[in-house]
Amino acid sequence: MPPTTKELEIADSAARVSQELEGYQQTTEDLVGEKLVLNMGPSHPATHGVLRLILELDGEIITKADPDVGFLHRGDEKIAENMQYNQFVPYTDRLDYLAPLANNVAYACAVEKLMDWELPARGKAIRVLCCEMARISAHLLGLGAYAMDVGAMTVFLYTFTEREKIYDLCELLTGARFTTSYTRVGGQIRDLPDGFLDQLNTFCDEFLVQLAEIDVLLSRNKIFLDRTKDIGVISKEDAISYGLSGPNLRGSGVEHDLRKAQPYLDYENYDFDIPVGEYGDCYDRYAVRMEEMRQSVKILRQCIKNMPDGAINVEDAKQRVPGKEKVLMSMEELIHHFILVTEGLDAPAGEVYFGAENPKGELGFYIHSKGGGVPYRLKIRAPSFVNLSILPKLLEGRLMSDTVAILGSLDFVMGECDR
Amino acid sequence: MDWPYLIASTVKIVVFAFMMILPLVALSVWAERRVSAAIQDRVGPNRVGPLGLLQPVADGIKFLLKEDFTPNHVRKGYYWLAPALVMIPSLLTCAVLPFGSSLFGEKMVIADLDVGPLFVFAIASLTVYGIVLAGWASNSKYPFLGGVRSTSQMISYEICLGLSVIPLIMIFGELNLGRIVQYQAENGWALLPLWGEGLSLKGFLLAIPVFISFIIFTTSMFAETNRLPFDLPECETELVAGYHTEYSSMKFALFFLGEYAAMIIGSGLAVTLFLGGWSLPFGWLTPEEGAAVPIWQGLVHIGVFFAKVIGFILFFIWIRWSLPRFRYDQLMRLGWVFFFEIALANVILTALILMFVK
Repeated sequence: MPPTTKELEIADSAARVSQELEGYQQTTEDLVGEKLVLNMGPSHPATHGVLRLILELDGEIITKADPDVGFLHRGDEKIAENMQYNQFVPYTDRLDYLAPLANNVAYACAVEKLMDWELPARGKAIRVLCCEMARISAHLLGLGAYAMDVGAMTVFLYTFTEREKIYDLCELLTGARFTTSYTRVGGQIRDLPDGFLDQLNTFCDEFLVQLAEIDVLLSRNKIFLDRTKDIGVISKEDAISYGLSGPNLRGSGVEHDLRKAQPYLDYENYDFDIPVGEYGDCYDRYAVRMEEMRQSVKILRQCIKNMPDGAINVEDAKQRVPGKEKVLMSMEELIHHFILVTEGLDAPAGEVYFGAENPKGELGFYIHSKGGGVPYRLKIRAPSFVNLSILPKLLEGRLMSDTVAILGSLDFVMGECDR
Repeated sequence: MDWPYLIASTVKIVVFAFMMILPLVALSVWAERRVSAAIQDRVGPNRVGPLGLLQPVADGIKFLLKEDFTPNHVRKGYYWLAPALVMIPSLLTCAVLPFGSSLFGEKMVIADLDVGPLFVFAIASLTVYGIVLAGWASNSKYPFLGGVRSTSQMISYEICLGLSVIPLIMIFGELNLGRIVQYQAENGWALLPLWGEGLSLKGFLLAIPVFISFIIFTTSMFAETNRLPFDLPECETELVAGYHTEYSSMKFALFFLGEYAAMIIGSGLAVTLFLGGWSLPFGWLTPEEGAAVPIWQGLVHIGVFFAKVIGFILFFIWIRWSLPRFRYDQLMRLGWVFFFEIALANVILTALILMFVK
């Protein structure tokens, strides 16, 4: 008997629409061969935002997975073409909204590369501090959400307690807990507040204790190991050919970290290790994130210990907005202020790409400038988007329950993926 | 008609089922939220009443006042039947649990059946119909998957549950839960044979299979009541809310309360079988079988029973908030390959001990 195509009667209207629109047809050869098309998301507890997965299930086994991204698309790249460089900083907060500080830094560094500016030592150290705080914060959430996805709710709340402390530090530093918008092209909006480094040091102490507790709860837990070992294995070759970056790449055993490979912000002066996994399964990615947090603490401690004094911003009277008191008191500065605010930077024409090692992977900004204060084109290389591309390959043939473990271990943020 | 018997039974049903079990359900919901909060460094509900103790009442009012929504695509009859089918068996099983020695010359058990454990298993396995019907009648995919999972899970673990009790029945030579407790009160709890006849080589040797049984029984209880780490039918991160995704208002509340009622009855059964039910350790305050018991002693025994049950519930809660969740196939493998075989071997081990050790 030749294979026949059968339309399934599905009450769920969203699934029916998807079935009709995307031409899903079930080919059945025997009576029990009907497959179930399941819509996971865009509003589903495990999809971390608005990812929609169209799963084709044979019983509990996934035969086909189709991620549908774009529900959070805001057109950030187009928006960037219509505003001055500094005005785009708040939009970077909303890319990977779990690590806004790191996005701010990456964007500022990209524009500074276009401008060919070099930050003073203190400015760089502050940025490193921001990046590592953001990394801890983002990994904590990734870890907590992952643990919650496989059922360990308590870990999620432990990580949130720690994140709350980081938010307090962010508030102290930038005035905002979430949307920090801390950097400007050529520097930061303000210097470290008094006592900030002490508070950060206290946080590091408390954080390591809490991290050890999470480690005890999960790392050797038999159920957790069963759920994560040998699940979602990404081979070294696949990881490279799919262009993965960040912990997902390193979990597969590729020792590639932009902080070491192409040091920026004087990362070469800091002593830290790059943890790598062995098999590239979910557990390795989890372990890499755990270790990266410890390494971040190590970097933070070095920052605190060796924080240089001096200026935090690039001093360039023609290109940097002068201080408020100068603007109000002196003619020259007033003119510069007016020009910079109305016309923006006088950026040279050219193309630059700057990639930063963000918590989720390589966040790149490609700026095409034709001169003037507005980019001609700004492309954002979002690590979450690239990392998600391997999802269909990982999910195929796995059990439905593995979906959440794999999604959690890839640790993506839709704000960045859809931009 | 045997009027005194009917009246006494009615009073016991009203007092035990509606004035003890149902408040205990509310209390365990409160305890779940407070204890989980303590585990997770949170405060938990503490606004309604002292220590937030009235929170379950507030929740109940909320459930009653919510719109009782029935989606258009469900099979109405079954959809309405399912929540009741989850709640009723849980309450029915409490009929055979002896929750105290005796009070005013009345045995503190609603129905003094001679086939207690069998009755419990027969009725408790009806719960699965509620869940399957809920999943099926909802006519939607997530509940469907939840329903299918729970069917296989509950049926598999019922076998382990039944098998794990057999060694105890062999040891006690008895199926009447009241007399099982009486035996344990005099001769040492099944898990703790430290007085009476239990204080012997045979008693100690028998404690080994009893302990294995206890582990299997407790684990299967978790699976039967759909609690984490076995809450696959409703695991929220995969199946949204599993079989009760399409339910709202009081119908959802019945599922919710049914789960807790099942947990309490399961704890009660475990306490009765393994931890001497209402009896105090070392034969303290243990009455002769059928002898009159002073009122204060009767009340102490009821208190002891509930103290043990509450201890068990706290254990349930503690586990739930500490462990991740199994995967579906791992759960089935654990049930069929691991527990089923061990339970079988355990029955044989018990038989050998009973046969050769005098």
